Amino acid sequence: MQARIAQLLKQPLTVAVIAIAVLLIGGELISPGFASPRQMVTLLTVASLLGVVAAGQNLVILGGREGIDLSVGGIVSFGAFLAGNIMQQSDANIAPALAAVLAATFAIGLASGLGVTWLRIPPLVMTLGMLGVVQGGLVLLTRGVPSGRAAPLLNDLITDPLLFGLPGIVFAWIAVGALLTLLLRRTTFGYNVYAIGANEAAAALAGVPVRRTRALLFGLSGLLSGFTGILLLGYTEYVFVGAGDQYMLPSIIAVVIGGTSLAGGSGGYVGTMAGALVLVLLQSILTTLNIPPFGRQIIFGVTLLGLMLLYGRQRRLRG
Amino acid sequence: MPPPEAGESPATGAAGRAPRVRLSAKQRPYLLAVIVLLVLAATNAILQPTFLRFGVVTSNIAAFLPLALVAVGQTYVVLASDIDLSAGAIVSLVNVSVVTIIETMGGTGASIALGLAAGVAAGLAAGAVNGFCVAVLRFQPIVTTFATGIVFSGIALWILPQAGRQVPPEFYTAYAGSVLGVPAVIWILAGAALFAAVVARLRYYHALRATGGSIHAAYQTGLPVGRVRFTAYVICGLFSALAGLALVGETASGDPLIGQALTLSSVTAVVLGGTALSGCVGGVAGSILGAFILGLIGNVIFFAQLPFEWQGLVQGLIILAALAGGVLMARGKGE
Repeated sequence: MQARIAQLLKQPLTVAVIAIAVLLIGGELISPGFASPRQMVTLLTVASLLGVVAAGQNLVILGGREGIDLSVGGIVSFGAFLAGNIMQQSDANIAPALAAVLAATFAIGLASGLGVTWLRIPPLVMTLGMLGVVQGGLVLLTRGVPSGRAAPLLNDLITDPLLFGLPGIVFAWIAVGALLTLLLRRTTFGYNVYAIGANEAAAALAGVPVRRTRALLFGLSGLLSGFTGILLLGYTEYVFVGAGDQYMLPSIIAVVIGGTSLAGGSGGYVGTMAGALVLVLLQSILTTLNIPPFGRQIIFGVTLLGLMLLYGRQRRLRG
Repeated sequence: MPPPEAGESPATGAAGRAPRVRLSAKQRPYLLAVIVLLVLAATNAILQPTFLRFGVVTSNIAAFLPLALVAVGQTYVVLASDIDLSAGAIVSLVNVSVVTIIETMGGTGASIALGLAAGVAAGLAAGAVNGFCVAVLRFQPIVTTFATGIVFSGIALWILPQAGRQVPPEFYTAYAGSVLGVPAVIWILAGAALFAAVVARLRYYHALRATGGSIHAAYQTGLPVGRVRFTAYVICGLFSALAGLALVGETASGDPLIGQALTLSSVTAVVLGGTALSGCVGGVAGSILGAFILGLIGNVIFFAQLPFEWQGLVQGLIILAALAGGVLMARGKGE
């Protein structure tokens, strides 16, 4: 029994869920009303944005070979920009905007994926370079000023209570979670992702189309970042050029806190969702604490290190 | 993933002298950096007729120096197949610490000396924290240094919430001045190069590359991989500190956000210089070239009088092309 509990406590998902509970209770104790339904809705909304970006990051990381996507933040901003400019506050343009953004951001991600697979540029380098291009392109298109506005219907869908008092963005996140988990656990593509992430050579010998699978992962990461851009636009109505930057590194952290190994091949999206919630809860608790910004920052960083201590450690070399 | 030369480096030298292994394939990325740099310099010279004047050369070196220093430090970490995403935060931390110490102590000569010493100590300490977390506690490097970077920049904001404060004129005139007819910034760069040349002759350097090539093989050979990685982070902290000091000399004031952009730029510079992120392959000289390449790209775009809104995109495309070209060249004809 004890062994089983110990085993369970080593599961990142368990730790993340415990962390969520502790943070919620702690937050309520520190400032009553922290765990109130209204506050929860805000938290879930913010977590949805991070969670959807982290979904793409999660895919790329699962695919292994030092998979990482540093371009997500730039693509979020780009998606929001493109969506806002196509919509121009008209509900009729929501569908074309959605299609255009998803296609464009998938293409950007796929370009990174092709660089990684066909030119064999390390993902960190390729996506860092792509980030520069996307950011540069955004400056060219926007001239540094926010442009484009969300359609009213998109705003309503994302921020207004849709069902059980939860706004649409939360359901969008849940849908992404369900689709992604289905994709990873129930389709050939999903099995292939774990196969190339765990052992690429073995997967290739078993007939897994390694390059195509990995390139697609980057494409999907781009697409999910683009989708986040649309959600962000709906949430804030209009979006600044660098609005997506804040998601770049936290998306990686959410994946790692959620128990997906940066080495690839093990983990899943449910953990990442919990990881995103932990990050957002932590930030929000720190905001309610009456301490200056630098203090929040220091506590945030130290807490991340503490989480690493719990289960983010790498294997010993001996044995 | 581990490069073929993984096992060759360590401990095979006679009488404690490390063996010199030079493969042309390994030098090629470095050569590409030289070519790219020359092309950029030529372009720059055409666009800016004064480019080769001594004063302009010196001011360019001064402008590129902080990034070059961070890139030098980053190289050691990357050679061990790790990464330091906190380097820019260390730059900021050192920058504000030095300025604050000097100003609150009245700007005397003693306060400047103490400020410099404290800045270097802060950089070394920050590097040691990173090294401890990664090498001793076995945390994942990307996430760890991201987290420590948040802490470091939090401390920097604590020390100096907003850009400001002043250092006494002695400080920045010395930095802008010359010693024995050679500008101080060139001395600093030469010092960094000398440091790298000395380290490259130590057994440590070969242990470092062996660790980056295959940590398991290095461990089984009996190399102290933990200490090797720890030291690499401390070196990176040291050079980030020097970059922070250089920025004090350059701007004569403190700014808690000044290092932010240097983190990813330093990684870019390292890769542009031909060092592989997978470790083992590469070197400091390439990274200095990489930093200069990044600086010259900015210069060329500026002097080409491209419309403002095009600059970012063109810069991004050139950097992406250079990164891709370097990686492709490094692979050579072997594939």
